[in-house]
Amino acid sequence: MARVKAREVETDPLVPALAAEPGRRGGHGPSPTAPLTIEPPRGWEIGRFREVWLYRELLYFLVWRELKIRYKQTMFGGAWAVLQPLITMIVFTAVFSRLMGVPSDDLPYPVFSYAALLPWTFFATGIARAGNSLVQDPNLLSKIYFPRETLPLASVSAMLVDLAIAFVILLGMMAFYGLVPGLAVLTLPLFVLLAYLTALGVGLWLAAANVKYRDINYVIPFLSQLWLFLTPVAYPASLVPDAWRVVYGLNPMAGVVEGFRWALLGTDSADWGLITASTGVVLVILVSGLVYFRRMEREFADVV
Amino acid sequence: MSAPAIHTESLSKQYRLGTQAAIYGSLRESLAKGFRAPFRAGARERPERRPLLWALRDVDVEVPWGEVLGVIGRNGAGKSTLLKILARVTYPSAGRARVYGRVGSLLEVGTGFHPELTGRENIYLNGAILGMRRSEIRRKYDAIVDFAGLEAFLDTPVKRYSSGMYMRLAFSVAAHLEPEILIVDEVLAVGDTAFQRKCLGKMGSVAREGRTILFVSHNMPAIQSLCHRALWLEQGRIVDEGAPTEVVQRYLESEVSTTAVSLDERQDRSGDGSARIVSLDVASTEPGGVIRPGSRLRLRIGYRSDRPVKRAQFVVTISDHLDVGLFLLHSEFTNPLPEMLPPTGVVTCETDPINLTPGACVVHVELLQGNVQADLVPYAGSFDVAHADVYGTGMLPPRDWVRYVLGQKWSLESDHIPDRGLRQ
Repeated sequence: MARVKAREVETDPLVPALAAEPGRRGGHGPSPTAPLTIEPPRGWEIGRFREVWLYRELLYFLVWRELKIRYKQTMFGGAWAVLQPLITMIVFTAVFSRLMGVPSDDLPYPVFSYAALLPWTFFATGIARAGNSLVQDPNLLSKIYFPRETLPLASVSAMLVDLAIAFVILLGMMAFYGLVPGLAVLTLPLFVLLAYLTALGVGLWLAAANVKYRDINYVIPFLSQLWLFLTPVAYPASLVPDAWRVVYGLNPMAGVVEGFRWALLGTDSADWGLITASTGVVLVILVSGLVYFRRMEREFADVV
Repeated sequence: MSAPAIHTESLSKQYRLGTQAAIYGSLRESLAKGFRAPFRAGARERPERRPLLWALRDVDVEVPWGEVLGVIGRNGAGKSTLLKILARVTYPSAGRARVYGRVGSLLEVGTGFHPELTGRENIYLNGAILGMRRSEIRRKYDAIVDFAGLEAFLDTPVKRYSSGMYMRLAFSVAAHLEPEILIVDEVLAVGDTAFQRKCLGKMGSVAREGRTILFVSHNMPAIQSLCHRALWLEQGRIVDEGAPTEVVQRYLESEVSTTAVSLDERQDRSGDGSARIVSLDVASTEPGGVIRPGSRLRLRIGYRSDRPVKRAQFVVTISDHLDVGLFLLHSEFTNPLPEMLPPTGVVTCETDPINLTPGACVVHVELLQGNVQADLVPYAGSFDVAHADVYGTGMLPPRDWVRYVLGQKWSLESDHIPDRGLRQ
């Protein structure tokens, strides 16, 4: 078990070593870089942000691969980004609004649910992909080095593109119903970020655990199904009794979904208690996810 | 010694032996352990019953700048573990390594290739995975395509490539990686012979540019021609190091001496095991069986299977003392064996005169059923070519100079005798 520590100075692993120095043929002197020490790991660490940053081009290519493959292997390609939330919205409208009469904070139910399905679909697909990101190509772990965090990061990041595509439909629906967002819309990026960090935090946990415990493959669909019921996607959070609000907010997606609705559709007022609780929980999931990931990462190549 | 490129101090790696099932702990097991733990004061963790194995034990290596170091040893000797630690894919359990430059590792070619992507797309993706920048890949793109010789197929998904084309593309990307320290694991064992030669040539030119290379291979001639120094690992420890030719020779001698163990019990074999090579006997066809430069060989190969062996092909490679191939004997070359062989038996092969110089030779034996490898035993046997007075003069070329003895006749051509010189 070991820690690999890149000492400071210039340790950019991506720069070709000699391209700039043809004069150094026939036996180089010691590299100007400080030595890299490879030794058994100890203690607790959270991610290697600097290394992840150095490998940002790899991140770019992995996101690109994720998108490209999806477009090539599927008939509908990018249309899936829209079809999934759109069809769910239609079913929800029929079942929850028409049959069961679920309230929708005085908004047209289709817009009400679709605005929530955007971050929800992002989250659900994001954790599913991130959860499988390490095990789907074992040789990436056993044959080559790069910061492993890059894989779940790429999976979740690729879903941002889907989110953007699906967002266009929402704008169309809002125009159709004559809904104009207020100034609150400026806070939307914050809620996107919150959704991103939630998906990443959960994705890190699932991805790392999946390498050792393949049960996770079966847990993920089940998990996201349960999680959907605990998130105000098909129903408004206002249905939850006030006393339970903060507890309810412990589900970070509750804060994200309510935030999306508030920012875009101007529901009465943002439930700040709920959103704050969600943010706090997201941070806990994310940091613990990073620690757990680093802990498990020591065994990845040996176990995968 | 001048500044090292790589330096390791008692580098060790320990694995817990066990099947895959044991390594993939099930979630239930872990949860159960977690629940039980609080109730078991003192016994924090149940002692694991599985034995531990040191894949690498106290390895101290120093590789100076510009050196090409070859690492040899049997399967499971720890060669790959050493490379994996230096490539940062896995961690050591103890000790430490210092690497004084940028490392590029090729433990496999084509890592991250996706079958749905085209050749062009895979070049970019694979390049990025190997650690190249986008601008760098763009700059080298033409050279990569050129080296692979696949211009016409760049827009074809690689799933439509033949395995040879696939490997060529993959190796081309890898070959254009320009790190200060290159770590290579046996990647040359792929592709067709012509391409292999091209790859070895590329490795050689990289080495001549003065880059430091760590190279694991079973290809002994490649080790000898490319490396400055060889390291021989056995059960995780260094048993020998020094000039490649000498280390390789000692290694091969030890390999062959282990054949005192009956072939049947040898573990270092591959194949699906549907039929097994159980014995090998090499002798000359002459009475007494001593093999001399002009002898014909008689090889007797015993095999065993549970069922009759269908469409059996025996392949024998005879190599010299440095494991450079000399002869290939193949049961399909001349007169094929019967379509169906009994479950156990012995096949015999008699050859023409071998005409080899005196010295040691090693024999590798392979058995195929249909076209599937049933069994392959490397270094299955060896024989010595004894001295003989081939030319009747007592003279014979030495083995370390040439491999073959050739019948010859010398004379002076009378037609070309200059007139003047004679008539005087």
